Amino acid sequence: MDFDPLLLARIQFAFTVTFHIIFPSFTIGLSAYIATLEVMWIRTGTAHYHTLARFWTKIFAVSFAMGVVSGIVLSYQFGTNWSRFSEAVGNVVGPLIGYEVLTAFFLEATFLGIMLFGWNRVPAWLHVFSSLMVAFGTAMSAFWILSANSWMQTPAGFEMRAGIAHPTDWIAAIFNPSFPYRFAHMLTAAYLTTSFVVLAVGCRYLIAGKYPDEARTMLRMGVGFAAIVAPLQLVIGDLHGLNTLQHQPVKIAAMEAHWDGDQPGDFHIFAWPDENAETNRFAISIPRGASIVLRHDPDGLFPGLKSVPASERPPVPLVFFAFRIMLAIGFFMIASAWVGVWLWWKRRIFETRWYTWPMSHTWWIGFVAVIAGWIVTESGRQPWIVQGVMRTADALSPVPGGSVATTLALFVVVYGIVFSMGIYYINRLIHKGPPAAVDEAEYPTASRPLSEGGAGMRARST
Amino acid sequence: MEWYLPVIWAALIGTAVAMYVILDGFDLGVGILFPTARAERERDQMMNSVAPFWDGNETWLVLGGGGLLVAFPQAYAVIMPALYLPVIFMLLALIFRGVAFEFRWPARTSKKYWNFAFAAGSLLAAFFQGVILGGLVQGINVQNGQFAGGPFDWLTPFAILVGLGVTAGYALLGATWLILRTEGAVAERARGQAKMLLLAVLAAMAIVSLWTPLEVERIAARWFSTPNIYYLWPVPLLTAVVAYFLWKWLNEGREVPPFLATIALFLLGYLGLVISNFPYLVPPTLTVWQTAAAPASQIFMLIGTVFLLPIILGYIAFVYWLFWGKVREGEGYH
Ligand code: HDD
Ligand code: HEM
Ligand code: HEM
Repeated sequence: MDFDPLLLARIQFAFTVTFHIIFPSFTIGLSAYIATLEVMWIRTGTAHYHTLARFWTKIFAVSFAMGVVSGIVLSYQFGTNWSRFSEAVGNVVGPLIGYEVLTAFFLEATFLGIMLFGWNRVPAWLHVFSSLMVAFGTAMSAFWILSANSWMQTPAGFEMRAGIAHPTDWIAAIFNPSFPYRFAHMLTAAYLTTSFVVLAVGCRYLIAGKYPDEARTMLRMGVGFAAIVAPLQLVIGDLHGLNTLQHQPVKIAAMEAHWDGDQPGDFHIFAWPDENAETNRFAISIPRGASIVLRHDPDGLFPGLKSVPASERPPVPLVFFAFRIMLAIGFFMIASAWVGVWLWWKRRIFETRWYTWPMSHTWWIGFVAVIAGWIVTESGRQPWIVQGVMRTADALSPVPGGSVATTLALFVVVYGIVFSMGIYYINRLIHKGPPAAVDEAEYPTASRPLSEGGAGMRARST
Repeated sequence: MEWYLPVIWAALIGTAVAMYVILDGFDLGVGILFPTARAERERDQMMNSVAPFWDGNETWLVLGGGGLLVAFPQAYAVIMPALYLPVIFMLLALIFRGVAFEFRWPARTSKKYWNFAFAAGSLLAAFFQGVILGGLVQGINVQNGQFAGGPFDWLTPFAILVGLGVTAGYALLGATWLILRTEGAVAERARGQAKMLLLAVLAAMAIVSLWTPLEVERIAARWFSTPNIYYLWPVPLLTAVVAYFLWKWLNEGREVPPFLATIALFLLGYLGLVISNFPYLVPPTLTVWQTAAAPASQIFMLIGTVFLLPIILGYIAFVYWLFWGKVREGEGYH
């Protein structure tokens, strides 16, 4: 049987990277959340911040492990699946990933050891410091990998010599035109994703009548954070889109399913983009909506899909629908967080079941938005792997389709097992709930934090 | 082009790989020995002895692979497709053992499966790392700077032998680590295992050292021509001396020296490989110079490495210091 190695390699990469991003979206946010809890604990001495931090640390450990192992796979897939890509642009993309290893991966992986195992061994301030380092490391990791990815969208600071990219200006390459937007948007996405998980778990406990103090804290923190940051995400996303219009207009045309560039664009709430007929079916649209958003002018024009031949277009329905899913979730997040704030203000939020019950089921929405967003970004770039520089079809490794098919099947099986068991265990940890209030005497607590200088030594004698 | 930059980078990546082999070597080794534990308590003890470190240890693998992409993109682009299957098998094995660390604790009835996953994942990861090494040393079919062989080129008796040798070596590192970090039945058993494993490792090293020069003329010339042979004879001699002391210390019941001697043994074996193959990164065709990244890239990354690597080594050493000492039975997990 003949396999198409290009298609298989794309499916394999899409599958493994999509699997991976689920975990960073959560661990970037959760590490920041745990660090916040610990800082509040050490500053206020309130016990349930400590209880919460310990509770989430266990869940963090499980997700982090899945993030690490799936990430290592990816860093090797640049070579196994896209060796010609590595060869052609390794000069630029390589160092960005190299800096990620040096500034982020070592930091998070090493301080993770203290974060998970240090509770009884190190003084409180060192534990807080380690959690901060892990949170900082995950954000640094996002910085570099998003710089690499943004460079693939909007390459800058390099020149091509004999088919190989050579860096000419590192600052321009790292801070390439789409990078600031993508970094801000992704980091915010990770924090939002996590805040909805925290919110959902808080609601779940409230409904079950368990751990009331912790549940209320989670609910307040989740709602408060999302109420401010979800609207901010809309603003960042909008700016991101304007930037994309400048650099990757075909992607925008696909996101809006906009075919004719000589007419103002409608915003389609729903439509079925028909690639063969080059038109939309069943469209429900806001007339000139897209022109207003993108050009701030109802008569504004922007390039349509017909401006390039069909072979230069990304898969329109995929990009179009993924974009709509992200938007829907984004608006839902804003609305639900504001409703929450309103109920909070009315002092009814903890008792309002029509709010807490649905919200206890929304833990997954951030993940879906993240994946949808990445599908917009990555599929919207097709047929290019590096926009305007290298086509995906030219990036493939000289590996037979049979090998790719075999390993793809293995990835699907292995990830299926690991993912379902991971979710199952996380759910079990959530079900088990926070540990009973920790015996304060046993730990160096906020009331006597730095005086425990001997704790490090004490650890050595155990 | 500055001829020394690629050499510096080769040395740096060589160091990263050596760090990886030693550090992840001992925790993979503990995984390989995992099935020999008799009770759940003992398994907990074994796992706790490596749990705070494994993630940091594995990061050296990312640095090794990432470093290759940074400094020698062409070599990366040849080696990865050539060793496609063993690389991916290794990664899959690492997935199982990595998540087993975290999954074992919340698991109840499924705990035995994660015990198995931890052991089998460690064993297969070690084996395929050896196969990758063997596949690289025996040579890769390159035409016009691209991999031009088949998907199973790596699958030779030699590569399998190296795979078994590396597995035994990691297990030896794991055993001497357990002697160092644990007490009671686990440490006692590890002492016996270490001796058997030492014999296996020495046998594998001897076979590989004879096989490669016989098979590959370039390597024979490197070792046995004058004047090289005058400089190089201490390498096998030192290996024998280290092995002798390792055996002796194991018999005497020492705790720290066997682990250090095992590391020395690994470094010597590694040195032998470097001597055989330098300056080839992809034997027998591509050298460090042919595959080097643009000097601008190598310099940019070098500057960061010079500043960051000492800091990294500093905090890694700190964490090892923090968790030093014996792991007792029943000492809790996070
Ligand atoms: C927005 C953030 C983000 C994105 C887009 C990616 N990653 Fe990632 N990655 C992380 C954020 C992250 C993270 C937060 O740093 C980790 C640590 C644990 C985790 O869950 O995610 C991670 C872990 C992680 C690791 C293991 C690190 C370790 O040993 O500790 C590797 C090798 C990679 N990633 C590589 C990649 C590659 C090659 C990607 C792209 C194709 C990629 N990641 C996308
Ligand atoms: C982590 C979030 C990410 C997700 C969910 C994601 C998703 C995807 C998807 C769905 C594809 C397949 C596109 C297609 O073939 O139609 C793809 C391709 C690809 N992406 Fe990403 N991506 C992510 C991040 C990155 C990053 C950070 C990089 C590089 C630094 C990257 C590099 C690539 C490469 C090399 C391909 C393969 C070639 C291609 O099909 O264009 N991706 N990604
Ligand atoms: C509601 C308003 C939102 C708008 C207007 C918006 C806009 C955008 C745009 C235009 C892109 C494509 C960028 C490109 O490649 O050119 C994008 C990508 C993305 N979006 Fe959104 N977004 C919104 C909400 C969200 C939410 C709520 C999340 C997740 C919680 C999210 C996560 C992502 C991610 C992960 C990407 C891919 C990475 C990137 O290119 O930044 N977005 N978004």
